[in-house]
Amino acid sequence: MKPKTIFAHIACLATLTIAACGSDTPDTVDTAENIEVGDVTLTLVTHDSFAITEGVFESFRDTTGITVEVLTSGDVGSLVSQTILSEGNPVGDVIFGVDNTFMQRLLNSEALETYESPELTHVPDGFELDSSHRLTPIDYGDVCVNYWIDALDAPAPASLMDLAKSDYKGSLVVQNPETSSPGLAFLLATIAGTPDWEKFWIELRANDVAVTSGWEEAYYGDFIAGGGERSMVVSYASSPVAEVIYADPPVDSPPTGVLLDSCFRQIEFAGILSGSEHVAEAQLLIDFMLSPTFQNEIPMNMFMYPTAVTAQLPEEFIEHSLLTDSPLSLSPAEIEANRQQWTERWVEIVLG
Amino acid sequence: MPTKLWRFLPGLIVLAPVLFLGLFFFYPVINIVASSFTGGWSSISEVLSSTRAKSAIWFTFWQAALSTVVTLVVAMPCAALMARSDGRRALLFKALVTIPFVLPTVVVAGAFKEMFDRAETLPWLPNLNNTATAVIIAHSFFNFAVVARTVGAYWSALDRRLEEQARLLGSSHSQVFWRVTAPRLKPAILASGAIVFLFSFTSFGVILVLGGLGQATLETEIFRHAVVRGDMASSSILATLQIVAVLVLILVTARYERRASTQTQMVRNATIPLHGGATFGITLFTLSFLGAPLIVMVERSMRAGGSYGWTNYQAIFERIPLLPSTSARALVNSVQYAAIATLIAVILGLICATAIASAGDATSRVLNIGATLPLGVSAVTVGFGILITLDVSPIEWRTKWWIVPIAHAIVATPFVVRSLVPMLRQIHPSIREAAALLGASPAKILLQVDFPLIRRGVAVASGFAFAISLGEFGATSFLPRRTDTLTAPQAIFRLLNAPGELLRGQAMALSVLLAVTVAVAIILSEMLFAKGRCRRDNKLPVAS
Repeated sequence: MKPKTIFAHIACLATLTIAACGSDTPDTVDTAENIEVGDVTLTLVTHDSFAITEGVFESFRDTTGITVEVLTSGDVGSLVSQTILSEGNPVGDVIFGVDNTFMQRLLNSEALETYESPELTHVPDGFELDSSHRLTPIDYGDVCVNYWIDALDAPAPASLMDLAKSDYKGSLVVQNPETSSPGLAFLLATIAGTPDWEKFWIELRANDVAVTSGWEEAYYGDFIAGGGERSMVVSYASSPVAEVIYADPPVDSPPTGVLLDSCFRQIEFAGILSGSEHVAEAQLLIDFMLSPTFQNEIPMNMFMYPTAVTAQLPEEFIEHSLLTDSPLSLSPAEIEANRQQWTERWVEIVLG
Repeated sequence: MPTKLWRFLPGLIVLAPVLFLGLFFFYPVINIVASSFTGGWSSISEVLSSTRAKSAIWFTFWQAALSTVVTLVVAMPCAALMARSDGRRALLFKALVTIPFVLPTVVVAGAFKEMFDRAETLPWLPNLNNTATAVIIAHSFFNFAVVARTVGAYWSALDRRLEEQARLLGSSHSQVFWRVTAPRLKPAILASGAIVFLFSFTSFGVILVLGGLGQATLETEIFRHAVVRGDMASSSILATLQIVAVLVLILVTARYERRASTQTQMVRNATIPLHGGATFGITLFTLSFLGAPLIVMVERSMRAGGSYGWTNYQAIFERIPLLPSTSARALVNSVQYAAIATLIAVILGLICATAIASAGDATSRVLNIGATLPLGVSAVTVGFGILITLDVSPIEWRTKWWIVPIAHAIVATPFVVRSLVPMLRQIHPSIREAAALLGASPAKILLQVDFPLIRRGVAVASGFAFAISLGEFGATSFLPRRTDTLTAPQAIFRLLNAPGELLRGQAMALSVLLAVTVAVAIILSEMLFAKGRCRRDNKLPVAS
């Protein structure tokens, strides 16, 4: 008996937590008959916002004999840092959830294997930001300014530049790009979408923009949705859909709208981790993540949009969400090269 | 042969906490700091000389110091009340006071933010949001129980005959307190103050949410370098600085604690209640200080569908797509992990505290430092350290489910040690000597002499260990976790990360249940360890 198992058993006996201990060994016996690739367990490493409908990975197991175990670890920044720290000896086989604002850091490391999935034929070329084929685009979403429809004094803003107008003085709350992923995306939106972003932020500051450290404090703190006083907040293009689905009391249409001109596109990628002992199986998992079985479940679980054109959007998304045809974007390499300089300059302008 | 083995037994037992902290804390922390430190001396001075780092270091120290002082001041009356009360109402009060300790920072900070915003309408109050004052108030809210209960438990075991004699000799109440009681409380005040300082020193969520964006601390800077910028080298320089600072602090307090600790001894007192007016005043003050955010939380959790009801509580049992399991399952996980973490922390903490209180100077000092350090080290450092250290056979443990309760126990064990050492040091050697003279074995002395005298302390410490685990969010969030190990604080965090009143309502309901759980745990631990009441005249034969 290895020391670790002894330890685990002592911990179990001591507390009689049967449920927690019983789940230590994955159940692979019942699929022994229909093995195609191998009777293995793959570990998918992802961020804390990952969720998928129950039974999705079971259907993958039924066709391939591969069990998928999910490990989550913090936000996307933490996920990338961990992946680089454990380079060569990864905690799992496949990583999911790295977005275009962080991907270059991962691409600069040796942490990923190359794989070009055949399923990419269903994915529009615009999503394939990694020409080296180490990261495969799985889903995307837009970070946009949301507004509370009934609370605007003036007509809804039509462009990013409108936010600096005196009509919207004291209306907007944003997140700090140093601590928040939507905050960073919005800073990037202003860099990509205004002629002089530093001047724009000087104007926003003069227009009394509020800043919070994270999404939750902005949306539920300063924004009207949570009892605050501000009518505009940096959130997601899919937020109005969530406002309908999780409304209380129920509503027919979302109370919020989206400023389409302010949207910065975030694309989330999956990749195979170098050091995985199950590369062939990991490739199957990447293919599966682009198949309709997985893609169709993305919107309701993660409020992101599937990249494969073969996927179907749920009715709520078709009805209540609008995506812009021309989102703002910057290349991952440009983001990685300038992020620190940009965010530090932002701190000087907005918080200094 | 058996007698020979017996001689080595204490040493072997002490090895348990040493191995535990060594393997799960020191080895990972040293490994991550050493392996990411690549730049040499020039990079150290570069990191530390930046304006941002300098102001973060300065702010970290003064806010932690001030938070400690404020917490001690606001919680001392409650400690007095705790020391002098017994029975069912006191039990409930103890449980209530501990609740803030487990509440998720996002929830409490949100409630504070709202309160500060509302208070702004009062002409004499400035808006405290985004100020250091807000941070300090929040810290004293979270850590109130640390002082109230640690000092309270210690106080209740002080030999009260000294006060009685002073009163008989004509001293006033306040003279008795300042000249007789306060000096003897010093070890407990120092110990709990050190804990509050360390918690404030490494505080993360409160700083981000309430401190405003200009305020950075060592902890938030370590996070920024390691996670946001991916610069482990700079992060490890700051982490080293944090560790050195904590080491210095521990050495200083240990010195004072030792100096303050030979003037009195622990006895088993009967409880004489404070007089009615004082009890009422202190209760009112405590409830109004701790109560407001709790009321906001309960009110929110009941608000559903435009009126009030239990809908949010029912939702806890239904799985929603955003979470990998139901909120109820997350709460069950949290309780299981807290039970494991408490068991580990109390056993190892007791061993460690006994060793520190009885071992020779050098050993005691080393153990003392080693067993306190985890309280003051960044969650990022511990989490990432475990990630890159416990990654090879036979210690490939980083993704095991039980690493979660272990990570909780790493923080809880020092707490147990810190709150028990002062109590154990106060036990007069003459009691043990008398017992030994009468033929009691060391084990019997431990069980029948030491334990009864510190049982209130054990009750407090185990309650806190449970609470620490139940509310822990930091270190575990930097570890890769299986989705079926979702804990309640993580579930709350995720529920609050998407729009929709239903999600928010469920998050509030889960927070309330978390609060109820910790209250029940405190009551159970009190009943388990501290129930034995003593008769008024049941005093141990010691010379004053």
